[in-house]
Amino acid sequence: MRYLTDRKRAEGLGASKAGTEHHWYMNVSGVGLTLLIPFFVFILGTSLGAPYEEVVATLSQPFPAVIVGLTIAAGMLHFRRGAQMMIEDYWGGMTRKVMLWTVICLSYLVIAAGLYAIVRIAI
Amino acid sequence: MADIERGNRPLSPHLQIYRPQITSVTSIFTRVTGNALIVGAVLIVWWLIAAGAGPEAFARADWVLTSWLGNLVMFGSLWALWYHTLAGIRHVIWDNGYGLELETAEKLGWIVIFGSGVLTVLTVLTLWIF
Repeated sequence: MRYLTDRKRAEGLGASKAGTEHHWYMNVSGVGLTLLIPFFVFILGTSLGAPYEEVVATLSQPFPAVIVGLTIAAGMLHFRRGAQMMIEDYWGGMTRKVMLWTVICLSYLVIAAGLYAIVRIAI
Repeated sequence: MADIERGNRPLSPHLQIYRPQITSVTSIFTRVTGNALIVGAVLIVWWLIAAGAGPEAFARADWVLTSWLGNLVMFGSLWALWYHTLAGIRHVIWDNGYGLELETAEKLGWIVIFGSGVLTVLTVLTLWIF
């Protein structure tokens, strides 16, 4: 009988030493996003193409505002790590660094802009 | 430290090396759809900022997003979102040790392909009614 759990045996392995944490992060954010996506799609789907007043009225309400804000934040944090993994798989050297700087900063920029927009619409 | 091989380290085996299989192709498309969704995300956030800024800014952003090109990008993003969601669920199933038999794994691949198409059409129809 093994006294170590599977996770304990996996932690700290691999070149980056951080793969277990990465995997678990994507797992948790993925499950959370799966729950958010149906609501997000419905809220944005009904708002896209609607008149200005209606869009503002819908997104000012607590439930749509929180769902949209949370989906943008969680989605972009999930993207930030997913895109990082893709870049690290296929590029090296300076190209990799420039791409990582760009993608990671862009992810945080989209989160900040999205949350700002939600607050601005609501008040 | 400085003269250790840098920038010349092995990368992940490239896609064209392997014979395509339903499991690998659907997995590659998980990555493609996930990364492509940045386009839709940036457009949606721009549209939200415009909605917060006022009617004129909103009219401009809304015109772009509801143009034929905007509609095409949004429709594509909707499919990518459902595909990535279903494929993600499949990965969670595998991570927990289920569905790894070849036959089941391949079936899951087809479910992701057809399921994402069905969900996309259903979403468009539902939104049409509302």
